[in-house]
Amino acid sequence: MITLPELAVLSHKRGDENPRMWRSIEEFAETPEFEEYIRREYPSQSSLLIDPISRRNFLKLMAASLALSGVGFASGCAYKPKEEIVPSVISLRTESPGKPKFFATAMTIGGSATGLLVRSDDGRPTKVEGNPKHPASLGATDVFAEASVLGLYDPDRSQTILHNGKISSWGSFLTQFRPALEIQKENKGSGLRILTETIVSPTIGDQLKKILAEYPEAKWHQYERVPSDNKLAGAKLAFGKYVNTIYKFDKADRIFSLDADFLDSGAGKLRYIRDFSSRRKSESMNRFYMIESTPTLTGAQADHILRALPTHIQAISKLFANGFGIKTESEETIPEKEKEWIEVATKDILNHQGSCIIIVGNEQPIWMHQLGHLLNDKLGNIGKTVFYTEPVEVNPMIQSDSLLGLTSAISSGSVEMLLILGGNPVYTTPVDSGFADLLSEVKFSLHLSLYEDETSQECSWHIPQTHFMEEWSDTRTSGGTASIVQPLIAPLYGGKSPHDILALLSDDQGKSGYEIVRDYWKSKSATTDFEVFWQKSLREGVIESTTFPYIQLQNPNSSLVIQDYKPRANGYEILFRIDASVFDGRFANNGWLQELPRPLTKITWDNAAIISPNTAKQLGIETHFGSHGGDYITEKIEIELNGRKINAPIWILPGQPDNCITLPLGYGRRSSGRTGNGIGFDAGKIIPTAWNTTDAHVKKISGEYPLAVTQHHHTMEGKDILRSQPKDAVIENNHKQNPSIYPAVTYEGYAWGMSIDLNSCIGCNACITSCQAENNIPIVGKEQVAKSREMHWLRVDRYYTDSPENPAETAFQPVPCMHCENAPCEVVCPVEATVHSAEGLNDMVYNRCVGTRYCSNNCPYKVRRFNFLLYQDWTTPALELLRNPEVSVRSRGVMEKCTYCVQRIQHAKITSEEEGRSVRDGEIKTACQSACPAEAIIFGNINDPESRVSKLKSEERNYSLLEDLNTKPRTTYLSRLGNPNPMIK
Amino acid sequence: MPQIFRRSSNLVSRAVIFGTASLAIILLYLLVVVNRSDYYTDVGIKVRQPVQFSHKHHVTDDGIDCRYCHESVETSSFAGIPSTKKCMNCHSQIWANSSALEPVLTSWKRGAPLRWTRVNNLPDYVYFDHSIHIAKGVGCSTCHGKVDEMPVVMKTASLSMEWCLDCHKHPEESLRPKNEIFNMAWKSSSHQVTIGTILAKEYKIQSAEVLISCSTCHR
Repeated sequence: MITLPELAVLSHKRGDENPRMWRSIEEFAETPEFEEYIRREYPSQSSLLIDPISRRNFLKLMAASLALSGVGFASGCAYKPKEEIVPSVISLRTESPGKPKFFATAMTIGGSATGLLVRSDDGRPTKVEGNPKHPASLGATDVFAEASVLGLYDPDRSQTILHNGKISSWGSFLTQFRPALEIQKENKGSGLRILTETIVSPTIGDQLKKILAEYPEAKWHQYERVPSDNKLAGAKLAFGKYVNTIYKFDKADRIFSLDADFLDSGAGKLRYIRDFSSRRKSESMNRFYMIESTPTLTGAQADHILRALPTHIQAISKLFANGFGIKTESEETIPEKEKEWIEVATKDILNHQGSCIIIVGNEQPIWMHQLGHLLNDKLGNIGKTVFYTEPVEVNPMIQSDSLLGLTSAISSGSVEMLLILGGNPVYTTPVDSGFADLLSEVKFSLHLSLYEDETSQECSWHIPQTHFMEEWSDTRTSGGTASIVQPLIAPLYGGKSPHDILALLSDDQGKSGYEIVRDYWKSKSATTDFEVFWQKSLREGVIESTTFPYIQLQNPNSSLVIQDYKPRANGYEILFRIDASVFDGRFANNGWLQELPRPLTKITWDNAAIISPNTAKQLGIETHFGSHGGDYITEKIEIELNGRKINAPIWILPGQPDNCITLPLGYGRRSSGRTGNGIGFDAGKIIPTAWNTTDAHVKKISGEYPLAVTQHHHTMEGKDILRSQPKDAVIENNHKQNPSIYPAVTYEGYAWGMSIDLNSCIGCNACITSCQAENNIPIVGKEQVAKSREMHWLRVDRYYTDSPENPAETAFQPVPCMHCENAPCEVVCPVEATVHSAEGLNDMVYNRCVGTRYCSNNCPYKVRRFNFLLYQDWTTPALELLRNPEVSVRSRGVMEKCTYCVQRIQHAKITSEEEGRSVRDGEIKTACQSACPAEAIIFGNINDPESRVSKLKSEERNYSLLEDLNTKPRTTYLSRLGNPNPMIK
Repeated sequence: MPQIFRRSSNLVSRAVIFGTASLAIILLYLLVVVNRSDYYTDVGIKVRQPVQFSHKHHVTDDGIDCRYCHESVETSSFAGIPSTKKCMNCHSQIWANSSALEPVLTSWKRGAPLRWTRVNNLPDYVYFDHSIHIAKGVGCSTCHGKVDEMPVVMKTASLSMEWCLDCHKHPEESLRPKNEIFNMAWKSSSHQVTIGTILAKEYKIQSAEVLISCSTCHR
């Protein structure tokens, strides 16, 4: 436990040392608890040895297992099951048993698409990869896309049509739906309302347009819990119409972000990461200033960061605007230090007119968005680094107004038929809209959704929706480029797509989703041979010449009207944020995402109210290690906002501004499925229509709450774990050779190695989820994570420098198996279950492993994972389809770890040898590498001096982790670089 | 006090001590032998199949190439089992009324696949790939035996790890020219090792160290 005055002293003490990297406040303060903690690897086990009862149980179990193994031995060593081969009756041309195929499709989330290639093993989608030809993904993916394949097979998905909660059928639905629709037709649709999420699908848009023409008085509403209103409204204020803004980070020398988390949220983030990181790798490195209200992954990349309360950010923005000659009145006083910071940044930006970007966060008020456009125009960035296109949405609208229109119509009784296509509005709509309470007043309400969720329960009809891998559809990405969504498997649980439901209302009745989508593009395509166009669009995953052209916009409206500006009040300021794992709550039942440590907090299976160290002190709250060895015990607070109250456990996060509480949304689901029900707290219970709020009352309440936090799991001991330096700093010779008592081994042929660029890594976790999908890695649940038993082969460690109140740097380090040439794990294994391959891989032989865990004990990098229990689900039939057939499924009692995706290596070797050549550089991409949007991970043959990995390893920045141990790891790192402004101290 | 043990006890105790020791050795020996015996490995055991299909008739009498039915053997890890349609290509015309074809016709009419029993079965943690073995000059009969002479197919090799490794350590003993891969009658000559060594070089067979690395077959 730490008391905060101590902290202040410590931060002073360390003031003049070299920047020291730390992972948590406990580590920073070097508490005795922490020192004790890192001495144990699986802290929960060490207590068993001194606990007499557990020891007795242990001996009993040992005796029993010995006896059982005797029985097994005597019975002939192994049971050989009889297996069948079942060929098709008629084999299709596309069938290729034993060979995976890839199909291009796209996933839409929050009104923007990511282009994907999905691997199909004998007809089962098993792994999602990015589509290299898609402009918004360029081959990369994010955690949501990677985990979507688990969502497809989720056994908790809705499987039947429900009428008032009772099982019904499509036929009986139609018998009720058709007469109701007839009445609407007579009334020109005056009682008909359709509620969707943000629609970017051109075909759905076209279907809706036709329906609205047929039912002229019907209305189409959109609502999605992703902040987009202020951005749209700001653009309209500036240019008189809704426009879509596209930033070219690869062209920007200076970036100034007003609380915009452009690398981790919002449309086009994968492209933005690629463009941004390309300018961090190059000689002409960009410089990035960020003003931030709550720590984000984008802020972690900033060269200079100013942390401020949301209301204060508005005040700072006014001052910032003044520096460019935009006069605004500001009644708040700004500290001298911040004034200086802004002045220096302004000067730097003014020196880079036409090659800088000012970007404003989606959650910021409308006037700041207008200011962003104004500044980019003033700096001459428009047409150089900032571009505009027509909106990607089929029908852009201010969604909170649209929702308000719907709720007032329901309460006036004029809504007779409400079709909710997708989304979960009962859960996601703001409380002050009253939608959740009003929905049951609608006589005929239909909800099409993947799960039987909170909204389904309030509707008279629920129809299971098809997953995007089961349906034909289309979508658009942030730049307008359209893709066809093609199915990989027939609907597993029945299910209808939105196209099917909308077809009931128009002439499309009886047409399949395939025909509807195909017919739409047939009417749009100008080519003479439509079949060629269609096949090409399917194969490439991108429809030719659909990318929106840039529109010329200039002279945005310069009269800045500052509306709804609330100055700083005495209460706490509350920020609501989409969760990094469950998004707006839609992925609550996805175990991969739940167990994924949140990038900054490292919390799994929960959300927590994020507060600063000083606020914790003010509220009298403390956190301390729990007794399970990998958990934290935290305390709870009560938050009262506009008369509504919720209770939440807290988490102290370095870099959070004081008096500000960030509440991640998407938790506290009541009806998400077995995995997601009832975990975390629902911040949505107090969320108002305008997200950013002041004047919340917060008090500590009694009761402790355990959180499974992985920030100390698998801690390494040693120096120089994460290296970081300014870009012009002279680097000492890192390529030193340590003497060794082991004989030198030369590797002929291939020698596999990996290079991880810490300067590119933004900590987005896509690599972890990709690895999980590729390598059949199980999830273990909150209790087991609390015992440091999560199975991820790859972890991303997060480090800070400087003080917990205002850390100067936040850095991420992905740590997979190092594949040491002098591997400490190999020499201690009594059964040769981990041995070296002739190509330098540290092989793991599951069938030999007897589970001594000596290897893990001896691994200085702590990258080995042990199956303490039977974590893998061997019984759910749907999940059997999910497994990658190229990787063994491990059982209880077996050690496992990163294999460098050996199945991909073997596949590439076999292909290349059959073609009579050697493996090409870049032909093998490990799962983590293929997912990485920043291209931080590069894998290849280090025996080839021309390979990309060899070149990276010969860079000055290259270093090995825990070099002094002389393990000669094949995985090495490139140190992190910063590009600080010398004028800012 | 009389003696507790009689003189003959010496003999009994010796017999028990040596008997136990030799029994243990015999048991261990038996286990090692039984594990490698045809009884345990199923070598030479005829497997009952849903259709009385004769490889001998189709290959030797009719002269059909292996790849007509096992069509993905050169391109995929899995050799491929023919669909019912493939059987019907011929049998819709010839022997269409034979009672032996009954299960095939039923499958064809009902659209229900035939369920064959696997003969050569490897554990799931072994990732064997047909295509690379064929590309590197390992013939069908090297592992599968003279299938062309089998009315009912059976295993001819133990498929134990020991058996796999024998070849991975000394591939030259089993390699043959590429045009002989599907030749069931091919026999190694007395110069096999010399020819095999030349072929291994020509086919760029990797070193034994690579071939016997665990991750070559296990993932």
